[in-house]
Amino acid sequence: MIQRSLTLFGGLFCLILLMGWVMGMPFTSSRLVEAAAYALIALGLNIQWGYGGLFNFGIMGFLMVGGAAVTFISYPVNPVFWGSEGPMMLGKALLAFAAGALLVYAARKSDRIGITGKWKMALTVLAWFVAYVFYRSQLDPAAAYIESAAGGGWIGGLGGHPVLGWLFGGVLAAGIAYVVGKICLGLRTDYLAIATIGISEIIRALIKNMDWLTRGTLTVSPIPWPTPLPQEFQAGGMNIANSLLGARASYLLLALVVLGVVLWLISRAYAGPWGRMMRSIRDNHVAASSMGKNVTARQLEIFVFGSVLMGIGGAMLVSFVQIFDPSSYQPINHTFLIWVMVIVGGAGNNWGALFGAVLMWLIWVVSEPLSKTVFEFVSSWSTQFGWGAIPEIEARSAQMRVFVLGLVITIALRFAPKGLIPEVVKRET
Amino acid sequence: MTELIFFTNQVIISGLVLGCIYALGAIGITLIFGILRFAHFAHSELMTGGAFIAFLLASAFAAWGIVTPIPTGFVVLPIAMVLAAIMALGIDKGFYAPLRKRGAKPVTLLIASIGVTLMIQGLIRLFFGAGSYSFFEHEPKEVFRFDMAGIGSTRPLVITEPQVLMILVTLVSVLALHFFLTRSRLGKAMRAMADNADLAQVSGINTALVVRVTWIIAGALGCMAGTMLALDVTLKPDLAFNIILPIFAAAIVGGLGQAYGAIAGGMLIGFAETLAVFNWTMLLRPLNAILPDWMQLPPTLALVPTEYKLTVAFVILVVTLLVRPTGIFKGASS
Amino acid sequence: MPLIELKHVVGGYGGAPILNGVNIAIEKTDIGVIVGPNGAGKSTTLKAIFGLLKVTGGTIDFGGENIANSLPDKLVPKGLSFVPQEKNVFTSMSVEENLEMGAFTRTDDFSSTMEWVYEMFPVLREKRRQPAGELSGGQRQMVAMGRALMSKPTLLMLDEPSAGLSPRYVIEIFETIQRVNKEGVGILMVEQNARQALAFASKGFVLASGQNRFTGTGAELIADPEVAKSFLGG
Ligand SMILES: Nc1ncnc2c1ncn2[C@@H]1O[C@H](COP(=O)(O)OP(=O)(O)OP(=O)(O)O)[C@@H](O)[C@H]1O
Ligand SMILES: [Mg+2]
Repeated sequence: MIQRSLTLFGGLFCLILLMGWVMGMPFTSSRLVEAAAYALIALGLNIQWGYGGLFNFGIMGFLMVGGAAVTFISYPVNPVFWGSEGPMMLGKALLAFAAGALLVYAARKSDRIGITGKWKMALTVLAWFVAYVFYRSQLDPAAAYIESAAGGGWIGGLGGHPVLGWLFGGVLAAGIAYVVGKICLGLRTDYLAIATIGISEIIRALIKNMDWLTRGTLTVSPIPWPTPLPQEFQAGGMNIANSLLGARASYLLLALVVLGVVLWLISRAYAGPWGRMMRSIRDNHVAASSMGKNVTARQLEIFVFGSVLMGIGGAMLVSFVQIFDPSSYQPINHTFLIWVMVIVGGAGNNWGALFGAVLMWLIWVVSEPLSKTVFEFVSSWSTQFGWGAIPEIEARSAQMRVFVLGLVITIALRFAPKGLIPEVVKRET
Repeated sequence: MTELIFFTNQVIISGLVLGCIYALGAIGITLIFGILRFAHFAHSELMTGGAFIAFLLASAFAAWGIVTPIPTGFVVLPIAMVLAAIMALGIDKGFYAPLRKRGAKPVTLLIASIGVTLMIQGLIRLFFGAGSYSFFEHEPKEVFRFDMAGIGSTRPLVITEPQVLMILVTLVSVLALHFFLTRSRLGKAMRAMADNADLAQVSGINTALVVRVTWIIAGALGCMAGTMLALDVTLKPDLAFNIILPIFAAAIVGGLGQAYGAIAGGMLIGFAETLAVFNWTMLLRPLNAILPDWMQLPPTLALVPTEYKLTVAFVILVVTLLVRPTGIFKGASS
Repeated sequence: MPLIELKHVVGGYGGAPILNGVNIAIEKTDIGVIVGPNGAGKSTTLKAIFGLLKVTGGTIDFGGENIANSLPDKLVPKGLSFVPQEKNVFTSMSVEENLEMGAFTRTDDFSSTMEWVYEMFPVLREKRRQPAGELSGGQRQMVAMGRALMSKPTLLMLDEPSAGLSPRYVIEIFETIQRVNKEGVGILMVEQNARQALAFASKGFVLASGQNRFTGTGAELIADPEVAKSFLGG
């Protein structure tokens, strides 16, 4: 088992070296930083699915939340906004939100004063409606004002350190995961999958369209790095290639530190009584609940933990590429890709998830240039035979990776359903 | 009156058209869930794939110079549906049947269906690029405008030829499906297997045959829905991928496993989406004449802004799952 | 030659075998009753005959051939029918549709068989448009039996047909079973109401831990003091 893992990781290392040699070190080093962030995200899913058996198809939503969080914390302050009426109006909208929440809460508790059954239902629906209209009546003018020139266009950032932003990404993701988990975790697996996709789509629609908060499709950049940028290395007299490498290496180092700490923490937790309980809940739902363990609370815990890692990972990715573009988020790239990572690597095994994340990310990024090469080869060959060239090679190669992703997952499910580095099943007594 | 006609154009017709497409897609999802007990995400690709098959056939017809009185897309639909059904059977045989044989859990099949989605999506993009196509490059899209001056409307009632045909075709298919499920031996066997698969097997029902019939119906109806959607708007590789969640919402709201529920759910989601983004001021404007100045209607009075149109379906979906996961028609809950 | 003959049948659900050599032989005119403690493998024996689990040893002869590991859609046309212990009706379908499903393997006209079933269970004719899920427990049992009879079986297998029924219904069901047998259908059933069932059984089998303990006519088993002591509650 250990030997198998070592061989696989060794192979992966060779693959990275090969990639560095063929595609160049600057390209490879960037991909490695991203791979580290994806590894963190995959660990998050591994906690939820591998440990807890919870189906989360809403990863994209948590990545977006992390990205928005780090943008908000680390982007420079927008003085126009803070000097305008905007903050005041937003405050009012927030109050309206709180009032609405209170109203809905009161309606849901109306059975205390003897309103029950259909009447309570009607009252609750009415409360929701009133709260929604009231909130919109406060928010819409505020949003319109902030988006105008007088309001500064959007609220801007806080100018804090990016690592604080990552943490905030984790916290925000935790908050959302708590709410989502609270309402959805009782559902059976396939319903949970659909519900989480639905929620992540709602999050995407909100972040994409709340221009006053996130700048929406206008995108935000450049978002600062937690480590010195290549330009700063160059200012120190380094040449461009070395500065790129140096900057990315230091970012990678930071990412690896975060990854290492997380890995150490969850491995420890999983080896202890907490992990034992998680496994017993996953493998035998009924027995665990009859043993008096509070299954729902534990599952909520696990859902929140996993989502925190997704939030942090999403924030790390956005910091690295320096741009937050809500329209670049797609379920294929940001939810299904992660699933493929965990399943190919081995659900329930952290090293498996880690391995799968790095491997799949590399496959994902090289399948485009690789298929381009193949297409060009075939194209030149077919031209020689007088069959004409393949049109639009660029666009077509870009699509190949989606196909490759699908192929990999179907093959994995068919021939290695437990993944390349499967979970080590412990016999518990 | 003008306002009422506007409402008809904007809500009744669009809602009906959208509802038809959602319903046809949701029937397939609900049948597959009833028989095979898994959420088939790749249904979107049966729809998109079917639409591309129909598109290729229509282009071939145009190339051969065949002119048809109704849009070619509808003429080739039966052939496309047969091909799509074969495609659906092939997908099951290639990807799902081996997993079922191994006794894989429904979740595994669900993930496999994601894999299938990605593969078909990738293939379609590989061959057709990421751009969009129109069925109406070689023929005009006829628009019927009914003058409503007779009842005092300055606006005409507008409906396109594909929309009329689409509503008719959906109606006929739904009726045909109804007779199939309630009158035919195989249709009843399908309901039996959805009700209690073990007992169906014990009764000697050929369950493999029922599974095949399910895929045939799902593939054919999916192709129909995809083609009609492409005829109404445009054909692109993510045509149905973008609306698979509203379709799931329709199936779940109607109760997974319930064919009639899927139809009702489709209509419900379709109308909810159009109603939610409808600008009520357009309908209620005459009220401005009798309302005091301070209560004049704002220029836009919609429940949600247009950009959140698809979100409506997700919200309905999530609320249904939480309040009544078995759906309004009480579907398979276990 | 017996209608069905199990010789040293061994089988299970994938793990350790549950049946460790079961022997059963039934004539066309017989009512065979299998009794035994909970978990003895009684239901498993019926399922093994019906191809619902893997038979790893022994033979099951029916109609002159070994049918071990054949699937139901092959067995039903050969004249074998099975009423499972629970969930034995299609709850969302009408009574008549339930019966039709029993005749799924038949290609000929089955209206006379349906008439025969309705004569046997007149209540079902009254309720034939009602969903089976809305019927009482006893009526459901009738639907289940009716469904199994629709394929015109030569051997009807029933798993605890009297489970959960009131004493009056138990007697009624047992009488119906005897009537079906008189019309030329061999019966092999599992029963918890052992004494009552053995009283009309022409063959009785006492099973424990997947093996035959005692075999004889119903009357012999009731009379055997050892059987009475260990398996019929004194
Ligand atoms: N589907 C199954 N998978 C695995 N083991 C099973 C299954 N069904 C039954 N068993 C096991 O097979 C054994 C015999 O079960 P069976 O149902 O045949 O008992 P039985 O004699 O019918 O008992 P009862 O009187 O309770 O109905 C039991 O130990 C049971 O745990
Ligand atoms: Mg039993």
